Amino acid sequence: MRVVLAEDLFLLRDGLVRLLDAHDFEIAAAVESGPELARALAELEPDVAVVDVRLPPTHTDEGLQCALNARRDRPGLPVLVLSQHVEQLYARELLADGTGGVGYLLKDRVFDAEQFVDAVRRVAAGGTAMDPQVIQQLLTRRAAGDLPLARITPREREVLELMAQGRSNAAIAAKLVVTERAIAKHTANIFTKLGLEVSDDDNRRVLAVLAYLDQGR
Amino acid sequence: MTIETRNGSWGTRARGIGLAAARGLALTLVTLPGALLGLTLGLVSIALVPVGIGVFTTPWVLTGVRAFADWRRVLAAEWSEVRIPSAYRPIPDNAHAWARTYVMLRDPATWRDLAWLQVDMTAGFVTALLPAVFVLYPLEGLAVAAGLWRPLAELGGGYWYGFVHVTDQPSALAAGALGVVLLSLAPLAPRLLTAHFRLTRAVLGAGQGELAERVRVLTETRRDAVDTSAAELRRIERDLHDGAQARLVAMGMDLGTIEMLLDKDPAQAKRLLAQARQSSVDALTELRDLVRGIHPPVLAERGLGDAVRALALRLPVATEVTVELEGRPDAPVESAAYFAVSEVLTNAVKHSGADRIWIDLHQTEGMLRISVTDNGRGGALITAGSGLAGVERRLGTFDGVLAVGSPAGGPTMVTMEIPCA
Repeated sequence: MRVVLAEDLFLLRDGLVRLLDAHDFEIAAAVESGPELARALAELEPDVAVVDVRLPPTHTDEGLQCALNARRDRPGLPVLVLSQHVEQLYARELLADGTGGVGYLLKDRVFDAEQFVDAVRRVAAGGTAMDPQVIQQLLTRRAAGDLPLARITPREREVLELMAQGRSNAAIAAKLVVTERAIAKHTANIFTKLGLEVSDDDNRRVLAVLAYLDQGR
Repeated sequence: MTIETRNGSWGTRARGIGLAAARGLALTLVTLPGALLGLTLGLVSIALVPVGIGVFTTPWVLTGVRAFADWRRVLAAEWSEVRIPSAYRPIPDNAHAWARTYVMLRDPATWRDLAWLQVDMTAGFVTALLPAVFVLYPLEGLAVAAGLWRPLAELGGGYWYGFVHVTDQPSALAAGALGVVLLSLAPLAPRLLTAHFRLTRAVLGAGQGELAERVRVLTETRRDAVDTSAAELRRIERDLHDGAQARLVAMGMDLGTIEMLLDKDPAQAKRLLAQARQSSVDALTELRDLVRGIHPPVLAERGLGDAVRALALRLPVATEVTVELEGRPDAPVESAAYFAVSEVLTNAVKHSGADRIWIDLHQTEGMLRISVTDNGRGGALITAGSGLAGVERRLGTFDGVLAVGSPAGGPTMVTMEIPCA
């Protein structure tokens, strides 16, 4: 799987290259600025891009803008955005086109190599990988004002959080140490309570949840 | 083409002159009685203060005088583009008569108003009348020369046009000539009107006292700013020292121990490794929070509009944000505005019990205007030590102001204005 990597801090870039290399990814390019990233994305046609939000020369949200532009030119181009902080605003912008294949994680998440690599693979496969912090903010906010979420049990809420991050039922079952069937029951309940159609497609499932969380704003 | 243009410009000039004359005439008709009345009532009222009656009448009279002066300020700006700053000290809304009188009499602007009324009824009157004289009086001279002298001379004795004694046709022609000379001065009319307003500005504009007051305010806000930033630096230093720094030290110690244990007790080493990793995560979280408190990343990356939007997304209350900004204000202004909004929102969420908040960011003519409205229970006050007082101080550093409208029962509207040109 070919990866284009953009990160301006040498140490972190080097670490990411080694980490991805160790997990059998092919590093097509490891760049350190916005213009370089734009060029690499256009010319190398990678399977997935791992991008830092803040890149030179502007040191603002150049990386994010590059990723969004590249996705406009090539819809569905898998992009995993990394950042020192997570903002719902950026998460919404990434999810806005509804085509999936996006991820937005705190840089710290690379500390857990397995989970991080899993997130890269999930995004490359067209799934999503949203940082738990984003999801938590969304859920806290919604729970304060809206009735449907208030009706959800604590266990279902846990499942919903993991689901919204982009995990499959199997992964959620493993994480919560229960059977997959139990999770299937929980998700069915959640969908009923939220008034959403049941779907086997992970990506559509997450987008449906986020769309629900988004409405009424 | 050229002729037309010239005609056009002549037409405009003639209209300008006529307008100046008419405005001057209108001014003289109003100013003399207005100034006389204002001055007389003002002086009498102030003289009656020791007796007690003045306490009740003075605020009314002086408010009237202020309105009269403010009206002239507006005219000066509209007619001659002469800007006269208005610098009355604010009067507390709920102040009783005595407090109002006291504040007004202590305000140097009040005494300036009274001095101006005297100038206005003399020099001001003349400068306002002259444009009308130069435009209208020559018309009489020409009429006299054209034949009006006959009935006028017959009326009785001598008829005087200016310094010309009109008795027969030659002297009537002399009067006409004088009229032409005066008419040649008519183009000065707009300038004379401007001179009138300049005179008004010279007397009514702020003087040394205001400058001293301004210096006092600046000194105060500067001290506030220095105090606040020093406290902020102390807080950051303490947070780093007790938080991230301590965690990194712990992590280093853990790593040292792990090095030692690696061969002897791998299980224990593994446990410590997990602990070290947790320490690094915690240190990062603390550093992140600290950065957010100093300069929020979205503000750095996207500017005020999106930073406030991001702020709204984190609130537990449904919030609507409208942004109309022309480019990005200076970083310090942006930062002050952001933290002000943040504080006001925190207040609204904590105390108002509102379930909807509206934020409006608007930039016009070098002024950043922000309003935060909620549909809560109201009753918010700027009291010492409250969050709103802090916001007011913070904005003061940038000559910004804060206004709170919050009747009991709601809604609450907090408006902030910061100059940003």
